[in-house]
Amino acid sequence: MQVKVKINGKEYQDDVEPRMLLVHFIREKARLTGTHIGCDTGNCGACTVLFNGRTIKSCLMLAVQANGAEIMTIEGLSTNGLHPIQDAFLEKFGFQCGYCTSGMILSAYVLLQSNPQPTDHEIREALEGNLCMCTGYQQIVESISYAATKMKEAGK
Amino acid sequence: MIPSKFDYYSPATLQEALSLLSEYGDDAKVLAGGQSLVSLLKLRLASPRCLVDLGSIGNLSYIHEDGADNLLIGAMTRYAEIAESKLIAEKCPLLRQTALVVGDVQVRNRGTLGGSLAHADPAGDMPAAILALKADLKATGPKRDRWIKSEDFFLGMYATALEANEILTEVRVPVLNDRQSAYLKAARRPSDFAMVGIAVCLKRAKNGTCEDVGLGVTGITDKPYRPQHVEAKLRGQKLDPAAIGAVAQSITEGIDVNGNIHASPEFRAHLAGVYLSRAIQAAIGS
Ligand SMILES: Cc1cc2nc3c(=O)[nH]c(=O)nc-3n(C[C@H](O)[C@H](O)[C@H](O)COP(=O)(O)OP(=O)(O)OC[C@H]3O[C@@H](n4cnc5c(N)ncnc54)[C@H](O)[C@@H]3O)c2cc1C
Ligand code: FES
Ligand code: FES
Repeated sequence: MQVKVKINGKEYQDDVEPRMLLVHFIREKARLTGTHIGCDTGNCGACTVLFNGRTIKSCLMLAVQANGAEIMTIEGLSTNGLHPIQDAFLEKFGFQCGYCTSGMILSAYVLLQSNPQPTDHEIREALEGNLCMCTGYQQIVESISYAATKMKEAGK
Repeated sequence: MIPSKFDYYSPATLQEALSLLSEYGDDAKVLAGGQSLVSLLKLRLASPRCLVDLGSIGNLSYIHEDGADNLLIGAMTRYAEIAESKLIAEKCPLLRQTALVVGDVQVRNRGTLGGSLAHADPAGDMPAAILALKADLKATGPKRDRWIKSEDFFLGMYATALEANEILTEVRVPVLNDRQSAYLKAARRPSDFAMVGIAVCLKRAKNGTCEDVGLGVTGITDKPYRPQHVEAKLRGQKLDPAAIGAVAQSITEGIDVNGNIHASPEFRAHLAGVYLSRAIQAAIGS
């Protein structure tokens, strides 16, 4: 079946089996491997991408369901050097193995769009669909809070 | 994990979707938000020959009033849309409150009201609210529409009154401006399924007694249910903590209470009573 999706502004078209998951399309067809597969059961959020502007878990969606959609992956965030949220994760030790990080950062990105100065509690709520096995959530929350401050200072 | 093979259709109209269901019969499954079904496909707990995606049918996602004191909500309306709707916040805050405690952000961005009801998870949150609101569900079949009362809709574990050739298309919720409501859920972690979830929709008389009440219970047994015997006991009551406490434990009367690693049947039955009391107090304070 023909699928055409825009990922990070670029159009990808391919003939896929209807049972192909969106996360496999992104990783194997578009070769954008920043989107990870963690649990593969919809629980961990490692496969989070933006689907028409909202976060979704791409392991819980078929590629054919995304036909005609606009998707943004972690690669789409750093078109012009690292995004301030990415810088903040580096500076504030927001990751260890990095497996969950692309999902974390995309969830944070959406949060900061609607709520540029979130409280720690709001950050934790926004990350409820993203699990981390190693960092401990404290540094992740601190990274996002720090990013919010930096972005405000930079007027972004 | 890769699902087994299926034919995929993304019809543009409800009519086409219905004819596919009639053609494939039990071999077809409707796909809504996919937040339950895609996992079932991957685990191969479901292996339909045909998947009918409702995602391209334009007119199944809406929230509006019908002019006769009802809210009409399209089956493909997503949790996030319910949570963000001003109309829902104003006319039916119980639905907003419930939508906000389903799963996590990503699940709420995809999961639909129709899917949550048709899936009939024994611990689903929306079914409890729909029961307490005494809402009606519209089943559209190849020949006609029929309305099903929420209390008649949930038949058992993942089983509903929908026929294989029917699609749940709309939910009709009475707008009750004089009501107070709350949904409270006990779960091990915030985004988990409910061990117990209690929805209350309450009308109090001028003197503070309970004039009318609707209750919805989830997480307890094989299906979400409406404990009408408890509603009857509450009607006319004063609704102080002692009076509520006196009827609260009867919420699991005659019910085969589930047990699992999260909660034994005894603990769950206890929680149900406690959460009923708390939900009524929360409704009164709302
Ligand atoms: C991580 C995670 C956490 C979750 N946590 C919760 C939670 O806390 N509380 C909760 O209630 N739920 C939870 N869910 C489940 C979620 O609510 C699902 O979205 C919901 O159960 C199904 O809705 P859907 O639109 O995704 O339907 P789908 O998954 O697409 O479909 C589910 C079933 O319903 C049928 N169906 C769907 N729509 C229709 C229709 N219109 N007419 C007829 N049949 C239809 C399908 O054929 C399928 O059998 C969670 C899911 C995940 C992945
Ligand atoms: S891989 Fe998709 S949620 Fe874990
Ligand atoms: S950094 Fe390892 S899982 Fe989060």
